[in-house]
Amino acid sequence: MIAALRADLEIARRGYARYAAYPVATLAGLFTNTLFGFMRGFVLLALFEQRSEIGGYDAAATLTYTWLTQALIATVFIWGWLDLAIRIRSGDIVTDLVRPIHPLRAALANDLGRSAYHAVFRGVPVLLVGALMFDLIAPAGPLEWFAFFVSAALAVVVSFAFRFLYNIPAFWLLDFRGIAVLAMILSSLFSGFVIPIAFFPDWLAAIAHATPFPAMVQIPIDIFVGAVRGPQIAVALAVQAAWAAGLLLLCRVCFALGVRRLVVQGG
Amino acid sequence: MGERIDGIRLYGRLVAARVRAQLQYRTSFALDLAGNFFISFLDFAAILVIFSNVPQLGGWSVAEVALLYGMSNLAFALTDFAVGELDQFPQQIRDGTFDQVLIRPRGTLFQVVTGNFQLRRLGKALQALLILGYALTALPIEWTVDRLLVFALAVPAGTVIFCSVWVVAICIVFWAVDGREAANAFTYGGQFFTQFPINIYDRWLRRFLAYAVPLAFVAYFPALYVLHKSDPLGLPAWLGLLSPLVALAAAVAAGAVWGGAVRHYRSAGG
Repeated sequence: MIAALRADLEIARRGYARYAAYPVATLAGLFTNTLFGFMRGFVLLALFEQRSEIGGYDAAATLTYTWLTQALIATVFIWGWLDLAIRIRSGDIVTDLVRPIHPLRAALANDLGRSAYHAVFRGVPVLLVGALMFDLIAPAGPLEWFAFFVSAALAVVVSFAFRFLYNIPAFWLLDFRGIAVLAMILSSLFSGFVIPIAFFPDWLAAIAHATPFPAMVQIPIDIFVGAVRGPQIAVALAVQAAWAAGLLLLCRVCFALGVRRLVVQGG
Repeated sequence: MGERIDGIRLYGRLVAARVRAQLQYRTSFALDLAGNFFISFLDFAAILVIFSNVPQLGGWSVAEVALLYGMSNLAFALTDFAVGELDQFPQQIRDGTFDQVLIRPRGTLFQVVTGNFQLRRLGKALQALLILGYALTALPIEWTVDRLLVFALAVPAGTVIFCSVWVVAICIVFWAVDGREAANAFTYGGQFFTQFPINIYDRWLRRFLAYAVPLAFVAYFPALYVLHKSDPLGLPAWLGLLSPLVALAAAVAAGAVWGGAVRHYRSAGG
């Protein structure tokens, strides 16, 4: 047990180091995330020339939302992740299968290490720029701050499990790109990344809330800006934990099915 | 001149060969095209969500924003079709395979952008056309010769502006190969920026992305001209006539930047 945890920790450190090795890439990403923060912020602010609040979000909460989403892009890794699919297609997955740690567990540990790096070096700086340039709101107290960090960590796990899941069809399909693109678009809209779910018409919001996507972006942000408060916070965290566990289980089952029909040539 | 015509012919042959290759797998291609087409609508859904909360954005109605969106996205789809291969270009610098490009008797940029064509990218253009069609039927535009001309030239000009921005932006990898994500701020950022009326942005952001990088000429100024709408920023209407000239200047500038950047190329030393 202890040995397995130490292995997880070591893998996580490699995940961290993999991204820490490219500081220029980090700077370039920061630049882009920040510029998009300004653009998206002004677009959403324009709504508040005519409204004072929308679905519980006022102008300050909406700006805070915008900069948080920009800070979470790299941390939660909303955009594409095809590492697993590429390893399946090339056959490299065989090396992962002979290791004593399950590939799902190893990939999760790796992703948590990655997200720690991105949270500090791609998340915090973007949020700082936003806070310097605009009047953002902060969580109400230490308890809300703590709940936000827990929620953000759970968001990473849900996002990871979803990414792992949409990579698994590569066991069956030669061209897995279509599914991956569809997954990315669905998740960026229904996670509340593009527009807060509170802005959605009721029927669309209902669809979004029936999916795991809000657990990747919207829930931690709702906790941060106070759109979710008090005992509701516990419920929100429980929803996230349930999605994380459910999706990881689904990954495990589908991965096992995929391995059963895996054929690797040569060697 | 002869060489230029030769180049155009070569371009046509390269495109035709790629297209033939992609059409070998008809079902796969059809699915890809349909996927691209439907996925683009989710993108427009964000704009519809905004307008489900407010009747107008910065003084622009949903149909007017749809016009901006359609013009901008059609130009962007054509850009993606023409120079989308630049997205893969940093890998050539990293691997040092750009060496091979340098020893061939053709323009370097020409070789890079013709490296691959993805016909399925046209799915996006189809969606932009549909949105544009909606905007044009929903808006009471009084078509005159000059408005028709401005509108007809806007998309090609916008495409050239976007292509120039892509070329200049990707040049960052000649200096910092890991810096490629910064290019996204101008390429995909430019796409986002031009979908909305520029008067909703802050002044300095506008100076930077609308005028210094001349993105306002992709959709905003031509759309104002076609709509006969007075600029909320108070700028003169004739700016809408300038898009082709701005596009020309942008292309010349992009060519110069690319040429300078190529001279800066140092191989991977393999």
